Amino acid sequence: MFEAILLTVITASTPLVIAALGELVTERAGVLNLGVEGMMIMGAVCAFATAQLTGSPYLGILGGILGGGLFSLLFGFLTLTLVANQVATGLALTILGLGLSGQIGESFVGQSGIKLQPIAIPFLSQLPLVGRVLFAQDLTFYLSIALVIGISWFLFKSRAGLKVRAIGDNHGSAHALGIHVIRTRYLAVLFGGACAGLAGAQLSLVYTPQWVENMSAGRGWIALALVVFASWRPWRVLAGGYLFGAVTIGQLHAQAFGLGVPSQLLSALPYAATIVVLIIISHNRRTTLINTPASLGKPFVPER
Amino acid sequence: MRIELQKRARVSTLFSIVSPILALALTLVFGGIMFWLLGKSPLGALHSFFIEPLLEVWSLHELAIKAAPLILIGVGLAVCYRSNNWNIGAEGQFTIGAITGSILPVLNPDWHSPLILPLMLVMGMLGGALYAGIPALLKTRFNTNEILTSLMLVYIAQLFLDWLVRGPWRDPQGYNFPQTKSFQIEAVLPEILASGRAHWAFIFAIVAAIALWFMMRFMLKGFEVSVLGQSERAGRFAGFSARKMVWFSMLLSGALAGLAGISEVSGSIGHVQPSISPGYGFTAIIVAFLGRLNPLGIIASGLVLALTYLGGEAAQLSIGISDKVSRVFQGLLLFFVLSCDTLIHYRIRLHFGRTRPAEVAG
Amino acid sequence: MTLSAGPTSVPLLSVRGLTKLFGSFAACNGVDLDIAPGEIHALLGENGAGKSTLVKMLFGVLQPSAGDILWEGRSVAINSPGEARQLGIGMVFQHFSLFEALTVAENIALSLDPKISLAKISDEAAALSKAYGLPLDPNAHVADLSVGERQRIEIVRALLQNPKLIILDEPTSVLTPQEADRLFETLFKLRSEGRSVLYISHRLEEVQRICDRATVLRHGKVTGACDPKQETPGSLARMMVGSEVAQVHRDGSAALGDVGLEVRNLSVPARTPFAMSLKNISMTVRAGEVLAVAGVAGNGQSELFDALSGEFPVTDDAAIRIRGKAVGRLGINGRRLLGAGFVPEERHGHAAVSAMSLSDNLLLARSRSDKRAFLSGGAASIIRYDAIRSAARRICEKMDVRKSGDDPLAGSLSGGNLQKFIVGRELDRQPTVLIVNQPTWGVDAGAASRIRQALIDLAKAGSAVVVISQDLDEIFEVATNIAVISEGRLSAAEPAGSLTLERIGLLMGGIHESHPVPEAAHAH
Repeated sequence: MFEAILLTVITASTPLVIAALGELVTERAGVLNLGVEGMMIMGAVCAFATAQLTGSPYLGILGGILGGGLFSLLFGFLTLTLVANQVATGLALTILGLGLSGQIGESFVGQSGIKLQPIAIPFLSQLPLVGRVLFAQDLTFYLSIALVIGISWFLFKSRAGLKVRAIGDNHGSAHALGIHVIRTRYLAVLFGGACAGLAGAQLSLVYTPQWVENMSAGRGWIALALVVFASWRPWRVLAGGYLFGAVTIGQLHAQAFGLGVPSQLLSALPYAATIVVLIIISHNRRTTLINTPASLGKPFVPER
Repeated sequence: MRIELQKRARVSTLFSIVSPILALALTLVFGGIMFWLLGKSPLGALHSFFIEPLLEVWSLHELAIKAAPLILIGVGLAVCYRSNNWNIGAEGQFTIGAITGSILPVLNPDWHSPLILPLMLVMGMLGGALYAGIPALLKTRFNTNEILTSLMLVYIAQLFLDWLVRGPWRDPQGYNFPQTKSFQIEAVLPEILASGRAHWAFIFAIVAAIALWFMMRFMLKGFEVSVLGQSERAGRFAGFSARKMVWFSMLLSGALAGLAGISEVSGSIGHVQPSISPGYGFTAIIVAFLGRLNPLGIIASGLVLALTYLGGEAAQLSIGISDKVSRVFQGLLLFFVLSCDTLIHYRIRLHFGRTRPAEVAG
Repeated sequence: MTLSAGPTSVPLLSVRGLTKLFGSFAACNGVDLDIAPGEIHALLGENGAGKSTLVKMLFGVLQPSAGDILWEGRSVAINSPGEARQLGIGMVFQHFSLFEALTVAENIALSLDPKISLAKISDEAAALSKAYGLPLDPNAHVADLSVGERQRIEIVRALLQNPKLIILDEPTSVLTPQEADRLFETLFKLRSEGRSVLYISHRLEEVQRICDRATVLRHGKVTGACDPKQETPGSLARMMVGSEVAQVHRDGSAALGDVGLEVRNLSVPARTPFAMSLKNISMTVRAGEVLAVAGVAGNGQSELFDALSGEFPVTDDAAIRIRGKAVGRLGINGRRLLGAGFVPEERHGHAAVSAMSLSDNLLLARSRSDKRAFLSGGAASIIRYDAIRSAARRICEKMDVRKSGDDPLAGSLSGGNLQKFIVGRELDRQPTVLIVNQPTWGVDAGAASRIRQALIDLAKAGSAVVVISQDLDEIFEVATNIAVISEGRLSAAEPAGSLTLERIGLLMGGIHESHPVPEAAHAH
């Protein structure tokens, strides 16, 4: 029983963690992309469609990554090349993504999907207690953990990551030093989009292997809140993601038990939890100010 | 090829006007391509999408019905965005406004008084304003990002509505349908003309737009909104309070969204049900931007976006494409609006290879 | 070892006919320049003369529209700062290109070969900074460092690349006189190693003291090339400014009147992690007096302005008095109604909104104090645009604000003209108390002298004036009394005539009689 709950918590948390990690890198480079929800749903539909058409869930994953990534380039073009308002463009990305995914996915509604099967790691998955939970998971879970480790290494140990942080802190100085601000930001946006796409793929190939319109159900927005919650640090994203996953699964189980509480109230819990977490994390202005990338959301036009 | 921007010395008046029109044209071109990809005749599809709904009196009424909430919410959001407060939870404030406005007719179905309608409208506005007050409170008190909180509250409002109409508010004689009793006739917003369904919400929308245009154009309050929106620090120097502006803009946009909500329930639906909006609160964001955050422009853009809803329905019937196409149109339109707005502030130069820059738009 | 720069040797860097156009405006126009090996070469010019544009082209940040750059006799194209560094050009920016959230070592690493490890960079930076007398902690976060220390990072960063030419853009504008002296010693050491220095400044005295040759720019063109030691300050100034700048004059000292502004034991905690707290500040300014607050940037000047203006009211109501009335908790408009006027340091986005017209920017500062003239319709507060426009026109005329069109956007004016408007906007009300922060920062000489004269005239007419400034020349020009702010503490005011430059420098460095060992001096 406990193991089963843990397994579902992992499945519910993984997309949040992956999407939030992608957005973390984007925001570390100083770009605020509010379109996570739209990129996620595009990833979900592209992944589902690819898996249905090719019969391979792994190609589906790839399709999700490509879908989210390509879609994010639209945001990149508007905000980086045309210097459009990042907040408004992010909203546009979400609105367009929800519409476009509905259009693409229309013919897939009601089809039963292909589930991405778990890969048991030999020996490790036999370990007592943690074996089945941690080492007999599907690819996306392993990727999520790899991303946490990889991104913390990249940001804090590698020279390229240092450049990303420098751009997020002060794009004017970075430009004066000869760092390619726009190019790096494009890559950061693309990475964020690919991660959101991967998260979406997890939704339509692992979490509920089918296509339902608007199936991301606000997870992209929760991922955005997670980045703030984690004060732009990868390991805290992991912790926060699992906290939210636990709340989501907790309310599902509570509904199943029929505690006499309206199901709608329980369904509202993850959203309410997001607000509470945001309050707790933001009310200390000092820490927020220190941690927020200083050029986040600000437009950059290089002088020539 | 490389694209370079060059800041204009002054804002281009020409492109302020041309930009929304250019965006509309580009949306139509891309829409045509999309229809072509779907195997339909682009011109025919665009015709049934954008022209047919305008040819009959009844559908003009429908246009006014759909435009009313978009304009009402859109002008409120425009003031909000001008002041640099990003309320994107209008859909939630719309929902709560519909609920609080409906308290009287749902709980007192036998109260037949001319007072009931004005009271409903006021309560709807209050409900929407209070609900928008939550992100305002969190922003001013805890420095919490209003984008995320106002959006989370949308989901919560929708679940609350769902619970109400399936639970305590459900009509016992309603064959188990999740909806309330139909409102008494005194609680229904009257039609404007005898020729069709369009009701008073459209008048409210026009009045609100003109009032807010006047405020933004001629009143110190409007000046305060623009100053604080462009620079909080300059606003502080002027003695304006950014904190009070958060409250003002959020409560104003919430009240208008609430008014739109109760008007929709009272005028168009006649009872409360789980789904009362095809995403008006989100589409109004596009309306606000397409109208260049100018209340008069928003009247026009509200009508255009209402047309995409109607066109979606019409195209579904006449040429059998899904009404989801309207969402795609709306998203595309917002994208093109934002892209074209770049032309207002910048000249765009294209570089081909290593040759000298070619100016494409001056 | 000093390499002689004889006329026959090949210059390290030559610039021929270098031109940079922004639209139709030529920021640099056919500039010629030669820098010999082992010389300190001055690039002199007023703000806006094209100095920064020229060096940005030399460092590959901007691309020239026409002309040639020759490096050791070879024609080169410098397409990026990386290419400039490879040639052997190092740059110390005026507005530092540092990253506050990163450590010193990380900041340095960003401009070096990515293959060198951070640990190695830390070691080398530590060794180098010791050798040149520029102490630095590689693991400190830049946000925690003083301006002088930040400049050291820039210099060490440039030196680590072993450059043949180091460009310094207005390096002393943010330093105390003592810190500047230390910098000059470093420069002499560089010259003795055979390196060249391009030293950009508008300070004649400095240039005469340390530079071997000078090139003077005005309006983007070279107006002179000379040995500064052979020139007089007057002749250099003429090359730099063109015609003689109107001298600011002050006849005698006006009789002092009532107390206009009084501050008693004002303490304000730091509002943000990057701000300075104010500690026990007291000052008294009488009608007819100009009190100048000198000090190096970042020592609490803006915090002091915020408290005096009421943009951020303080908790102790009695700590600030305007004309005898306690106003500590009063907002900025309340203080304006008592007759006070304010000019903040930052023009764009604080004193003015760039994307709004001049008349709108007039209303910005005076919507409350001139309610009767500018607003109508009672509670609805309808804006009377015609009245405001004619008032804006009056101010522009009075202050000689040069602009295009009748009511242009504030952002389209040059710094000097916008500043004249912003100052004129307050003078137009005849304020009894005026508080200005850095009134001529980044303003051309003509506008600066006009503004300074206006401040003196205002005091003479019976107002109490506080001028917060980093510019010592300006301070001696306008002040009747001078106090120095350092680390959020304000020294007692002393008559301008009795203060020497040296003593101000000591006070700026935080050396008061009561604090013989200043915190700021620890690092040296």
